[in-house]
Amino acid sequence: MKFPIYLDSHSTTPIDPRVLETMLPYFTEKFGNAASRNHAFGWEAEEAVEVARKQIARLIHADPKELVFTSGATESDNLALRGVVEMYREKGDHMITNSTEHRAVLDTAKALESKRGVKVTYLHVDKSGLVSPDDVRHAITDKTILISIMLANNEIGSINPIREIGKIAKEKGILFHCDATQGVGKIPVDVQEMGIDLMSFTAHKMYGPKGVGALYVRKKAPRVRIAPMIDGGGHERGMRSGTLPVPLVVGFGKACELCEQEMTAEARRLAAMRDRLEAGIMNGLDEVYLNGHPTQRLPHNLNVSFAYVEGESLLMGLKEIALSSGSACTSATLEPSYVLRALGVGSDLAHSSIRFGLGRFTTDDEVEYTVKRIIETVTRLREMSPLYEMAKEGVDLKSVQWAAH
Amino acid sequence: MAYSEKVVDHFNNPRNVGSFKKEDEGVGTGIVGAPECGDVMKLQIKVQGERIVDAKFKTFGCGSAIASSSLATEWMKGKTVEEAGNIKNTDIVHELNLPPVKIHCSVLAEDAIKAALADYKKKAEASTNM
Repeated sequence: MKFPIYLDSHSTTPIDPRVLETMLPYFTEKFGNAASRNHAFGWEAEEAVEVARKQIARLIHADPKELVFTSGATESDNLALRGVVEMYREKGDHMITNSTEHRAVLDTAKALESKRGVKVTYLHVDKSGLVSPDDVRHAITDKTILISIMLANNEIGSINPIREIGKIAKEKGILFHCDATQGVGKIPVDVQEMGIDLMSFTAHKMYGPKGVGALYVRKKAPRVRIAPMIDGGGHERGMRSGTLPVPLVVGFGKACELCEQEMTAEARRLAAMRDRLEAGIMNGLDEVYLNGHPTQRLPHNLNVSFAYVEGESLLMGLKEIALSSGSACTSATLEPSYVLRALGVGSDLAHSSIRFGLGRFTTDDEVEYTVKRIIETVTRLREMSPLYEMAKEGVDLKSVQWAAH
Repeated sequence: MAYSEKVVDHFNNPRNVGSFKKEDEGVGTGIVGAPECGDVMKLQIKVQGERIVDAKFKTFGCGSAIASSSLATEWMKGKTVEEAGNIKNTDIVHELNLPPVKIHCSVLAEDAIKAALADYKKKAEASTNM
């Protein structure tokens, strides 16, 4: 086994060697600018970009002309929200999103509130982390111009009822943006069937390169228009100027093609592995709580809280395994995960949470090793934990008057 | 975040983990922090005469919180009650090379020391008044 073990696939994924191989010539001999219309270097680059566009479009059931390349999902989210507000401001000033969205959506929405006077409704999720389509329906006003709901959550992996929300948006004639960063390439995504008008996603979450993403912008029924954030040479049909990073785009395309071919088998394999990880941990330890939805979640995701153990210390004890925690101590704000808090998970358990993200290159041995090490480390830290001791003595921790600081 | 070698050492080999019976004579207990804040420290001392002959801790918290309380028990052992009262959080920060975001861990450790000493004194006074 090679150390450290990587189990943080929601953060990023390694480039698949097959993807890298496809990209390499476009750094060296095929270095042309895809916008150069008057020589062979440009034609070659443009052709490669168009192949990639088709590969990406196919994965999400879109038309290749409906894709706008960006630097990544954060830019795509910004472009979707700001671009729609800018373009449709006269029609209304209200948008709907949800409190567990990625910061790229939430912070953009907040900026639009404070700088552009947009009114934003932040929907609450249920205790499994799902947005209710009924809540979306009830939040709609005659001023609503955009609904932005994520496909799958980056911390807990819960998969929202996008199809139902898309249907409501269609029915009411409101544009629907979906941040699908965590879902594309992992679970089937069909922009037609799901009624999505704009969709953000990125290459590096699906074994492609960092630095390239896309915004799907519907062309027909309705034809969506967005104001650009970056002006320049009018690339990407004027929606996002700037020379395309051809090698990255080529890699993005190849990554999508591989996902399309292998997704079904990969999802099955990862879900089985994830279930073994979950069962191994749950069987070996008491008071471990699953965060998120028990079944309606990404196949490679597991998020659990280990009561009486603080997340960062757990990560420190497992330094040969790359994991992520919702603990405040791992964040700059010293606040525990806002996603877990939105689910109604108490601060104490939010501080105790660990996110596992399995991936294409995760092995059975790695999962087995992780189970063993989690059990060892949690047990050791609980022996050191005054809370565990009190709980075992029968003290109700909720009734204790803590000296909060 | 990169931890200092001393923090890693205390985390991997914590000194004086454990508990004394709260009711025992000469034992002072300090519990500070809150689970919602992500750290709770329990620090206990055992005093004979004026001297702290043993100290134990249990901590729920990040690596720096565990290291701060582990170090605190090490420093308290052998000191008189009065001397232990002079341990400052800044000494802990300095010894463990704690970064600014972890200073609160050392503050908590100082609070735990003070709480344990106060508890001891209170118990000692109560028993002499009896």
